[in-house]
Amino acid sequence: MQFMLLIYSQEGSGPQPGTDEFGPFIGAYMGFTQKMKDEGKLISGEGLQPVATATTLSIRDGKTQTVDGPFAETKEQLGGYYLLELEDLDEALKCAAEIPTATYGRVEVRPVAVYD
Amino acid sequence: MHSSNQVEAQITRLIREDWGRLLAVLTGFGGDLTLAEDCLQDAVVAALQAWPRDGLPKAPDAWLIATARRKAIDRLRRSRTAENKAEAVALWHWQHAPEAQELQTLPDKRLELIFTCCHPALDQKSRVALTLRAVGGLTTGEIAAAFVDKQDAMAARLTRAKKKIASAGIRFRLPDAEDLPDRIDGVLKVLYLIFNEGHRGSSDQLTRTDLAEEAIRLGRVLTACLPHHLEAKGLLALMLLTEARRLARKGPSGEFIPLEDQARSRWDRGKIREGRALVEEVLSIGPPGPYALQAAISALHAEARDFASTDWSQIVALYDLLWTLQPNPVVLVNCAVAQSYAADPKTALAQLEATGAGQHLQAYQPYHACRADLLARQGRYEEALSAYDRAISMTEAPEEIAFLKTRRAAVETR
Repeated sequence: MQFMLLIYSQEGSGPQPGTDEFGPFIGAYMGFTQKMKDEGKLISGEGLQPVATATTLSIRDGKTQTVDGPFAETKEQLGGYYLLELEDLDEALKCAAEIPTATYGRVEVRPVAVYD
Repeated sequence: MHSSNQVEAQITRLIREDWGRLLAVLTGFGGDLTLAEDCLQDAVVAALQAWPRDGLPKAPDAWLIATARRKAIDRLRRSRTAENKAEAVALWHWQHAPEAQELQTLPDKRLELIFTCCHPALDQKSRVALTLRAVGGLTTGEIAAAFVDKQDAMAARLTRAKKKIASAGIRFRLPDAEDLPDRIDGVLKVLYLIFNEGHRGSSDQLTRTDLAEEAIRLGRVLTACLPHHLEAKGLLALMLLTEARRLARKGPSGEFIPLEDQARSRWDRGKIREGRALVEEVLSIGPPGPYALQAAISALHAEARDFASTDWSQIVALYDLLWTLQPNPVVLVNCAVAQSYAADPKTALAQLEATGAGQHLQAYQPYHACRADLLARQGRYEEALSAYDRAISMTEAPEEIAFLKTRRAAVETR
């Protein structure tokens, strides 16, 4: 079954470019992505631009409204995701534990709905 | 001929004793806990109609499994839409499930069931409730009553938990080897929560389901499924040895009686024997974990003929070991009590205050009660009185307040 792993953190709280921690941090992400690819589990996975680039849209009474900013102003923001093909929740939780951001942010694991 | 009362009693006994085993087998057929439970319930209803009429079948459990299976196939056929792949697969599994002459010939899937009910992706209270329902065979009403909860709320909680299991990808299987230690710890914690909930109940709640006995029963199931797991045995021993003293812990009007004043003749010797045997077995095999250490301490109390002849220095040594595994206020305070008898109250108090410096003990009520006792026993009465006042101000449980007030009065009128 497919699982979406949603990666949340407070922007600027992780290792920053130019610091000693940044290289190994990015390396760990690349390693995880490669591992998922090699094991045939990766469907897709991307990081997102900072939340300052977000625009939120809604349509009410036929009128489109766009608002500058994210859907919800929370401390921790969605910063990236992986979509993986996995056996079950136990495996998904193990994968989530390998995502470097889990050590200071959070990873939400959601199964993808199947309509058949 | 069987009277309907006899048959009903037989069915009730079967449900209680074999529910977890039956449900686990059925869940194993298709992997769907909700469907398995619904069909087992259907089979029980069918049994209540058929058995008084036709007499008890030779193998009632096999009868229930075969009937539940037919019900499952019916349900799946009725609900199946042509394109639903998942249900077609489920139907195939139910149709090809092994035939059973009797339950014992089918693989025991209770461990899978226990791990599913105690999955860390479920919230703690749901794990407790689901374990009691699915493994223990308690009804939703009984579980609700045990937790002084509304039946609707408990039913909704159980439904929510089962829905999450079905849709979140929690599979009916044993955890991977690398996850096993953590997952077993989680199961033990659920059983101990059930047990402690049983001991929290006050004596006026006579209708309350006996959760302590339920936890012991579940502990037996777990040790049967995990015969080599020392902490599973340690926990069962701890529950047995604690439960053995339950009757002696309460006075005629429900007041708390401390170990010192308990009538040891009221202790349950059978449970003590069983608990002690488990402790000895665990200690002879390997390094004891926290449950086994607490059980060992409890066993030493149980072995003592009276309070004075308790092997206090051995108990202090065990608490010291426990402290290395679980450095928390409970261990510290209990250790100080033991130390006060192994050595003297002055030494115990000094150690309690030294070790406890960084432990946020001020907010822990038993710390003040223990301090009060240690102070009183070395003649520092004024300080003891104010420590009792502090302890009394920190609790709302009537039995505790009554107990502390009696102690305080004894110091005041010495």
